[in-house]
Amino acid sequence: MTDIHALKVELSSEIEAANDLQKLDEVRVSVLGKKGRITALMKTLGGMSPEERKTTGQALNVLKDEIAALIKSQEAALKKQEMEERLATETLDISLASRPERKGTIHPISQTIEELVTIFGAMGFKVAEGPDIEDDWHNFTALNFPPGHPAREMQDTFFLPEDPREEGEKAKKLLRTHTSSVQIRNMQETMKNASQDGGPPIKTICFGRTYRSDYDMTHTPMFHQMECLFVDKDVTMAHLKGCLTDFVRSFFNLDDLPVRFRPSFFPFVEPGAEVDIGYIKKPDGSIQLGKAKEGDEQKWMEILGSGMVHPNVLKNCGIDPETYQGFAFGTGIERLAMLKYGIPDLRTFFECDVRWLSHYGFDPLERPNSATGQ
Amino acid sequence: MKFTLSWLKRYLDTDKSLEEIAEKLTAIGLEIEEVYDPSKTYAPFKVAYVESAEKHPDADKLKVCSVRTPDHGLQQIVCGAPNARAGLKVIFAPDGSYIPGLDITLKKTAIRGVESNGMMVSEREMCLSDEHTGIIEVDDQYEVGTPMADIFGLNDPVIEIGLTPNRADCAGVYGIARDLAAAGMGTLKAIESAEHKGSFKSAINVKLEDEGCPHFVGREIKNIKNGASPKWLQQYLKAIGLRPISALVDITNFINMAYCRPLHVYDADKIKGDIVVRASKGGEELEALNDKSYTLDAGSITISDESGVLGLGGIVGGTSSGAEEDTTNIFLESAYFDPARIARTGRDLGVSSDARYRFERGVDPEFTKPAMDLFTAMVIELCGTEDTSVSEIVEAGAPISWAREIAYEPDYTLKLVGMDVAANTQKEILNALGFSIDDSGKTWKISPPSWRGDVFGKADITEEVARIVGLDHLPSVSVIHDGAMPESAETLLLSRVRSARAAMAARGLQECVSWSFISEAQARIFGANDNQVSALSLQNPISQEMNVMRPSALPTLIEAAMRNEARGYGNAALCEVGPSFIGTAPDEQLMIACGIRSGSMYDRHWADKDAHRKVDLYDAKADALAALEAAGAPAANAQVRRGAADYYHPGRSGVIALGKNIIAQFGELHPGVLEEMDVKFPIVAFEVFLENIPKSKSKGTSKPMLKLEPLQPVTKDFAFIVDEALEAADVLRAAMAADKKLISGGDIFDIYQGKGVDEGKKSVALSLTLQPKAENLTDKDIENLIKAVSDIVEKKCNGVLRG
Repeated sequence: MTDIHALKVELSSEIEAANDLQKLDEVRVSVLGKKGRITALMKTLGGMSPEERKTTGQALNVLKDEIAALIKSQEAALKKQEMEERLATETLDISLASRPERKGTIHPISQTIEELVTIFGAMGFKVAEGPDIEDDWHNFTALNFPPGHPAREMQDTFFLPEDPREEGEKAKKLLRTHTSSVQIRNMQETMKNASQDGGPPIKTICFGRTYRSDYDMTHTPMFHQMECLFVDKDVTMAHLKGCLTDFVRSFFNLDDLPVRFRPSFFPFVEPGAEVDIGYIKKPDGSIQLGKAKEGDEQKWMEILGSGMVHPNVLKNCGIDPETYQGFAFGTGIERLAMLKYGIPDLRTFFECDVRWLSHYGFDPLERPNSATGQ
Repeated sequence: MKFTLSWLKRYLDTDKSLEEIAEKLTAIGLEIEEVYDPSKTYAPFKVAYVESAEKHPDADKLKVCSVRTPDHGLQQIVCGAPNARAGLKVIFAPDGSYIPGLDITLKKTAIRGVESNGMMVSEREMCLSDEHTGIIEVDDQYEVGTPMADIFGLNDPVIEIGLTPNRADCAGVYGIARDLAAAGMGTLKAIESAEHKGSFKSAINVKLEDEGCPHFVGREIKNIKNGASPKWLQQYLKAIGLRPISALVDITNFINMAYCRPLHVYDADKIKGDIVVRASKGGEELEALNDKSYTLDAGSITISDESGVLGLGGIVGGTSSGAEEDTTNIFLESAYFDPARIARTGRDLGVSSDARYRFERGVDPEFTKPAMDLFTAMVIELCGTEDTSVSEIVEAGAPISWAREIAYEPDYTLKLVGMDVAANTQKEILNALGFSIDDSGKTWKISPPSWRGDVFGKADITEEVARIVGLDHLPSVSVIHDGAMPESAETLLLSRVRSARAAMAARGLQECVSWSFISEAQARIFGANDNQVSALSLQNPISQEMNVMRPSALPTLIEAAMRNEARGYGNAALCEVGPSFIGTAPDEQLMIACGIRSGSMYDRHWADKDAHRKVDLYDAKADALAALEAAGAPAANAQVRRGAADYYHPGRSGVIALGKNIIAQFGELHPGVLEEMDVKFPIVAFEVFLENIPKSKSKGTSKPMLKLEPLQPVTKDFAFIVDEALEAADVLRAAMAADKKLISGGDIFDIYQGKGVDEGKKSVALSLTLQPKAENLTDKDIENLIKAVSDIVEKKCNGVLRG
């Protein structure tokens, strides 16, 4: 028995002295392995008397368990120590940049169009499309522009050579000066596809490039417009006001944005109205959209032109103005984007300056809420 | 259109304030552009008295004046004006006041050591005239302290409205007064004018030979005395920016501005024979009253006599017959001209005039004669002498027919604009605007007045009612989505545009919006042929750099990359989704998503030595595939083959196609194109033809059932020596065909040429994925597969398996 106790002391110190996992394993083999010392002692049990075998056997089993436990805890301690030593050598410079990735951006015009599609889509409008190169009939005549109207003059419209494949006003090619030409195509298309008693409702929006021969601080020869058209049996100017009010308030995310209607004139609507939204001028000269608080002057800026579709325009598209009526309005996309996102200069939209695109562009993966842009 | 408040009040009896009137003008569609109240500008300046004027001790030309001022007591002012003298009444500007003619604010100062407070001003300093030889001398009748604005008539606010082209009637102050009266802003005064019979027959007769002038009224007035017009008239004209010329000219300008009625006055002694209104034969010369000379086009309406053209009818008169200071006998023209003819001639010759502005919008055809009476009365009053005699009227033609009747039901206003306006109110408004109404039936018969050539239908009547009642009374009704199910607002194309754009931006491209027009040279480089160039050339471009509709957006993006590089921002990666043009018909305008990458892919990176590599065609290929996939193209089924447009590098470019249908192209740009555009860095590009992507055939949204194999896949690598011209994908395709059941995937992971590989050959290394279905693969199975793969690659690609 003394032997066993002495052995325990000896083995314990050997285990403790094993200062790496390999040494510890050598100890384990030398003690508990097939030829290990405890194993060897176990083998001696066979030659003992039953009495002696019982007590010695028990003592040896206890010793075996104790030593196994000691080895296990020493192993854990050594592993921990080894891990700590490894970690101490494994330091990387976290200040260094990660591997490069490029981040692209979405142009503010595209962003604005997507927001508008969302807002008008929620009101039940559908997108319509039309060509950039239009003809005189779709761009002017069908829209009730009388001959000699200033907008038809050379300085406003970009003209292209006549198309020999077409005749008359349809051969006179030009770059559309407004997206209102899409209204015409849209209404004609609807009437062409209409069954016997079909036709309106027509409830569409369209977007696109428009062109006018003007290039200065506040004009570019190409810009973007949005157009909205709603024709049905009982669409009134009150719907126009409701639609526009809801639209600008949703777009600018201002519940109480003041909206003002002023009578105005566009050949393709009757009555026509210009629409202003309210703002205040801040002491530093900048502007802030919204309702003036008491003491501030409520100022107004024009934001779009609108009206009830002129009966002549409906007629030109084959729609009976005695049965149907509707509203239309058009606005500039860049202007909306400039106001909403604080972009100061129209011309910069088309300069493709990467500094501008990075600054005013939108992350393609973290798109703001389409309706509010926030 | 400008006018002053007191001018308006000549025709409008009102107790409304300037602010109320201005607000109402905007509310009824006569939008205020500016209200300028000069009395505010001139408020600091009042009459003062010079008590003494002594020579400056240190300057010969300066005087030190002691001036009695109304609000600042006795002030010492150093003045250089030669007329500064004791006993003079002057206009005094105190320190702190803003001097409009000098654009400065006065400060206390010392001139040559003598203190000077404020100044005595000249007409130029007050923006009254160019007069600057001395200070203003005020008539002795004015007391010290009289505001300068009262003396010079500078207390009349000037109102400017932006007139829409339909409202010719409001191109005269009287028309504006009528609108305001209808809108409850006062009472319109009647035009007071007595018909003047005349006492003799005019020696000058009028013949109309051009239908562009259907009506002409003339009159001779003899023995008048022209000269300066009275102060009130000059002040009106000056306030709205017109230069007073002489009483006769000023009267015509006054009537033009007051009643939207252009007139012309001739020196009767300079007219040879009768007046003939005829179309120009073309090439005739006119020295016009605006100090310009014009060569007339055939078809312009001329007022002529025996000697030739006297003036351009309805647009501008000529110098040869104009009334001058010493004119004593005049002939007056009040005529009606066709708006479209005036617009065309004015535009062709580039003449803007107050007359053209009104005639081309359409003046009141019934006012031709009344205007003659107004003019006659004013000439007699302002230029008449004891011997003045007035001829009978010379009239040729007749007013155009303008009367029409519009059927209108008062309910229509509610139906069209949603405003419920009582029938009586509507009637009052329309009557006040000059419309006459026969309301004996349920449907009214409305006759618009002669001055409202813009009113044709019932919608026009409703507009009159709505604008006078005010659109602030317009109710607001939301437009709601009336379908039960939410639906996409987007068209298929727009949805492709949006998705492709997002995919490109997600890959690091910055979306641009660039001009749709480029230079002809660039259009040709990027694929436009002669016919396309001529069909797509703008006839009035902004510049030669922007004169042809682009066949591709790549050149504008390349130029943008060059501009960015020149600013120090190289390596631009740009994209655009926009139109390209191959013709002018609607289906010849294509929607293309395209992009370029330039220079290096990334900046240098400490860990990634490959980051700074030059962009290559595989970058562009990946961009094209990403855009295609996002736009819904079956990119996995597409073939990649050669055949990109000529502006790509022939050996380093390709198209992505579904059969014959090319849905994209990509590659390096042709080095010749880069040279021609003077690009100094590499550029790769791609174009995705969004409209060529076929509509998805699958009807449902369900995905096929997911089948998970229970056994693990095994990968096996191969390397084949093949001809270097052979495309690696052919080798892979051949290898994968060896056992279509077992081989579930494959990649090319290395291409090698050099040591160990013969000249003209290359080594293509493949990795095939084997997916066992029923049992795990045995060594024998794998041996068989290796043999099958090497056999088929040898057969199809002449490839030799490397040992």
